[in-house]
Amino acid sequence: MSKFRHAIVIGASSGIGAEIARQLAATGAKVAAIARRAPLLEALAAEHPGQILPYPHDVRNYEEIPGLFQEITRELGGLDLVVYATGVMPSVRRDEFDFEKDRAIFETNVLGMMAWLDQAALRFQGTRHGAIVGIGSVAGERGRPGQPAYNASKAAMHTYLESLRNRLDRLGVSVVTIKPGPTETELIAHLEFKNPDSASRVAQLTLAKAGRSGEYFVRLTHKLAFLVLRNIPSPIFRRLDL
Amino acid sequence: MSALLPPERIARFAGFGMASAADGYAFPVRSTEELREALTIARAAGRQVTLRGAGRSYGDAAIGSECAIVDVTPMRRLLNWDARSGVLEAEAGFTIEGLWRCGLPHGWWPPVVSGTMFPTLAGALAMNIHGKNNFKAGTLGEHVLELELMMASGELRVLTPEDPLFFAAIGSAGLLGAITRVKLQMRPVASGMLRVRAVASGDWGAQFAAFERFEGEADYAVSWVDGFAVGAAAGRGLFHAAWYDERPDPDSLRLERQDLPPRVLGLVPKSQVWRALRVLNRPGAMRAVNAAKAWAARRQGEFEHPQSLVAFSFLLDYVPNWRNAYRPGGFIQYQSFVPKADARRVFARQVALAQEAGEAPFLAVLKRHRPDPFLLSHGVDGYSLALDFKVVPARWEALRALSHRLNDLVLEAGGRFYFAKDSTLRPQDAQAYLGASLDRFRELRAELDPGGLWTSDLARRLAW
Repeated sequence: MSKFRHAIVIGASSGIGAEIARQLAATGAKVAAIARRAPLLEALAAEHPGQILPYPHDVRNYEEIPGLFQEITRELGGLDLVVYATGVMPSVRRDEFDFEKDRAIFETNVLGMMAWLDQAALRFQGTRHGAIVGIGSVAGERGRPGQPAYNASKAAMHTYLESLRNRLDRLGVSVVTIKPGPTETELIAHLEFKNPDSASRVAQLTLAKAGRSGEYFVRLTHKLAFLVLRNIPSPIFRRLDL
Repeated sequence: MSALLPPERIARFAGFGMASAADGYAFPVRSTEELREALTIARAAGRQVTLRGAGRSYGDAAIGSECAIVDVTPMRRLLNWDARSGVLEAEAGFTIEGLWRCGLPHGWWPPVVSGTMFPTLAGALAMNIHGKNNFKAGTLGEHVLELELMMASGELRVLTPEDPLFFAAIGSAGLLGAITRVKLQMRPVASGMLRVRAVASGDWGAQFAAFERFEGEADYAVSWVDGFAVGAAAGRGLFHAAWYDERPDPDSLRLERQDLPPRVLGLVPKSQVWRALRVLNRPGAMRAVNAAKAWAARRQGEFEHPQSLVAFSFLLDYVPNWRNAYRPGGFIQYQSFVPKADARRVFARQVALAQEAGEAPFLAVLKRHRPDPFLLSHGVDGYSLALDFKVVPARWEALRALSHRLNDLVLEAGGRFYFAKDSTLRPQDAQAYLGASLDRFRELRAELDPGGLWTSDLARRLAW
């Protein structure tokens, strides 16, 4: 039996979110799987009938979230864990400045997260138990030139989660930030990375850390590299052109 | 989509044993109007309702996952008290403590009390509590003159012992309606003191012999059992019989004569004692504590001493927050009721099975009972044994399996169970001992609550 019996995974149709839902279900948990793409959710739910419950939903429909949240918690019969794994990263050229793309990134990666995790935080503040997990990214560590809005969205996510952690941890509610590097998901299908992590490995680490407040890199090398990179003064960082 | 419940009402509710807990939406109510409004809100949101008093039920009777949890503790006014007749009328949330504080200065004591004074009247009657005088005074429900019940529809019904629903509602674990008002007959007492006789018992045989010896004449009888003792010493313990002191003693009726001392041994503040208990809360230490208590009992032999009604009755309140000693996993209290012909055999076997499973009970208490006229009664002409088991999450399943083996022994002997204590009954166990009564209860529920408003995690566990 898992330490989590009732979970909500937002962004569960593919990638890390889908893997987290699968792994939770495999330990006996009941999981509400949320994403836009209903057919993918149905397929996922069919892998663990009765245990993974599909809820098609676009996180940008902020108004429907409070109602959906209550409907889901009633259906699950409780709530121990909420994972926000939704994220978009459209391809952006180095000379492109497209507000529509930037807005879409923030609406999904940041505002959708706040809309869902505010519900989770409000509930766990009342029940004095539970775990919140946000799937951030190493991309949020510095403002690199390649993906300004995506980097900024992940930085916002990290800071928001840190604030939640500082509010809720004292009440017995854990808040975890996972910072994966490149991971084999649709998100980076249009990019070329050497040796990305598998979504299943990231999901495994996420569930191992869930319940233990803090920020976690997936790889030790990332942890060490970003310890250095974070402390490089901006004028020098600019010249490095990472 | 249904209406939303106010999200800030969500809270975690636990059974007294802390091994069961569930999240629900808190609706503290101060009046029948507020209670009715809470039912309306819950129904509009498509939620079921769980009734909760002081939360003294050990298991999952007063918790309901994702339900509206109607907390009646704020509805606690004393409505009427007649010091001449000893008839008291109060709202649902009025407590056992309220009963004796109100009555004793005028020479009246609650006819039946639980081992703690904190339960509400509504909770106590939903469970139909018994005390150490069950064999003589019956359950609390037998002393109720009238009660008011709010049905799922919001309608209020006044019930008296003339009405069959009276005997179904009392003891129905809050699943037929919400008790909102109670009229109760108190018992006259001349003194606030009891004569208490302690008798050390060397084994199971001596335990039951002590109960039989005092059965016809004592007002109270209870015995502690060393759950770790084996072989010839199995069942050893310390029996107490007690009698109301008939010699008038007005001074002993004063409340200040009854209050429990604030310090233990005159030194340690009571509020801190659970910390010491926590250190001892492991099998090796509890074995030693039980053995020391048995040794001390044997050494003292048989003797009589006076004790205040409060000190004798509310043993569980001596150490505030004692249950914290069982944190983080909590504990369950397994209590079963067995007819007298088989009680000795069944209880000796239960304790032996628990010991074999490596789950010797940290506390074991034996009591004498009698049958009562309530639909879902736990009463038998026999005995009950209550066993406190520490819950360690990794061994919860094993403990549940042990409980089921113990249930089988009880059922074979025609025994019964008690919802206020239960954490482990299965649907088939309840069906087996309640039989036709359960069928009648289901019919009543279907008739009085067709929408299925009332529930609890206990009801769901039993598939009711």
